[in-house]
Amino acid sequence: MSDYLKEIISGTWSLFVGLGITIRYFFQPVVTVQYPHQTLPMTPRFRGHTELVPDPESGGPLCIVCGMCEKACPSNCITVRGEKREGVKGKVLTEYTLDFTRCSLCGLCVESCPVTPTKAITFSRDYNLAGVSKEAYIFDLKKRLEAENR
Amino acid sequence: MSALIQSQANETFVLNLGPQHPATHGVLRVKLTMDGEYIVEAEPVLGYIHRMHEKMGENRTWAQFLPNTGRMDYLHALAFNHGYVALVERAAGITVPERAEYLRVITTELNRVSSHLLWFGAFILDLGGFSPLLYAFDDREHILDLLESVTGSRLTYCYFRFGGVYNDIDDNFVPGARAFIKRLRERMPMYHNLVTKNIILMKRLQEVGPISAEMCRKYGATGPVCRGSGINFDVRKHEPYSIYPEMDFEVPVYEQGDSMARYMVRMDEIEQSLRIVEQALDKLPEGPVMAEKVPKILKPPKGDYYHAVETARGSFGVRAVSDGGNIPYRLKLRSPTFSNLSLFGEACRGMLLPDALALMGSLDLVIPEIDR
Ligand code: SF4
Ligand code: SF4
Repeated sequence: MSDYLKEIISGTWSLFVGLGITIRYFFQPVVTVQYPHQTLPMTPRFRGHTELVPDPESGGPLCIVCGMCEKACPSNCITVRGEKREGVKGKVLTEYTLDFTRCSLCGLCVESCPVTPTKAITFSRDYNLAGVSKEAYIFDLKKRLEAENR
Repeated sequence: MSALIQSQANETFVLNLGPQHPATHGVLRVKLTMDGEYIVEAEPVLGYIHRMHEKMGENRTWAQFLPNTGRMDYLHALAFNHGYVALVERAAGITVPERAEYLRVITTELNRVSSHLLWFGAFILDLGGFSPLLYAFDDREHILDLLESVTGSRLTYCYFRFGGVYNDIDDNFVPGARAFIKRLRERMPMYHNLVTKNIILMKRLQEVGPISAEMCRKYGATGPVCRGSGINFDVRKHEPYSIYPEMDFEVPVYEQGDSMARYMVRMDEIEQSLRIVEQALDKLPEGPVMAEKVPKILKPPKGDYYHAVETARGSFGVRAVSDGGNIPYRLKLRSPTFSNLSLFGEACRGMLLPDALALMGSLDLVIPEIDR
């Protein structure tokens, strides 16, 4: 009997302790960020979708069209095409398409790129992605780079 | 709880729990045969999100399977990463630099804490308490920020590589991790006061859903489920890998076998994981984070390999058969929750439905890992 009463008292007390904690936190500053009115800075390591890195001098892509990233990708979401041009050593990039609908942001493509010292592809900081069609996520990275240059 | 099929003969009826039900955390369906409020028979029905990970592994190179490992147990992705890379390293005979091993353990343990915090919140939510979830997510967010600053992603990490890790930590990581350890240590008493000592929680968990050590052995349950039933088994201690032998930590074991015991095991594990992280941060050596001379096209020698790691939910084992090619011949994934769930049918027999839900929550099910 006395155990029973003790349990009722300590049990009720435990509820008040819990309420006390929630009340204390109620008067503490809000921890949530009011997105989209507030945004957080993205960490430098953030892995967005990939993008082409421009050559600091010419502004054109650094990519040498070796196709390593295409091969490394587990989801086959990269298409790289290039062509021989007269007077230019190696191939010239004509198309770099990223099918972001299938990309898992694993980073294997960036890792496999043999271009030194800066890799020819990198992760963008783009996280505000929204669209209404699937096609909106098939990125033409070459166009994207050209648009940035303009 | 959709279909009610009345069976005249023995006055029992079939109740479908899920596949979309707030208490099942994902597409798990449990076919319950009920006698009033009591469960006569429970049969988990799997396969709703089966993505044939094993078969995918047999269709791509060893490295290309890496992103898949983070997508089985999305709550403790780094441990799954670890299991797979450690297996391939064992097969191909790659030695990992010490710093990389330390980083692996630090990030894996932080990830384990975040997984337990999420479980904590979701479990109390199952039992009908909403606010603890928000407190747990507040802390978990700090871990996600920390891990994001290292790995680049917040949930489905793909951070480990054969021979090391993807990139080194930045300068803010170590102070950030230390600050987090301090913060969570200060918050743990709050969790215990708010939740553990709450009379309603105690009444709902104590002596509810007992699982005997015998039953754990029969179904191969591992992790907090078996440790809550008095079996002292933790892969980190009993088949040590990586740098765990150098770490000083305890394996919390509770004898009672009820839902409360499993709850306590996880709460204690949070503290133990913080201890491991703290020690690893103290000892963190300098050096490279990637082994030199890891072949670009990896072809492990012919053979049959196995490696197990301790995830937040139990022992995760990967078995790979290599025929010497650049693609695994066979890949078998032994996921902990699959075994932990399989005892549910026997354990919940004769229980009240709400108690069975408490039991199910205490098993900490992650469905994509069951249906891998
Ligand atoms: S991040 Fe991974 S999935 Fe995405 S394009 Fe690169 S290799 Fe393919
Ligand atoms: S690996 Fe680098 S250089 Fe080769 S095609 Fe891809 S982006 Fe271009």
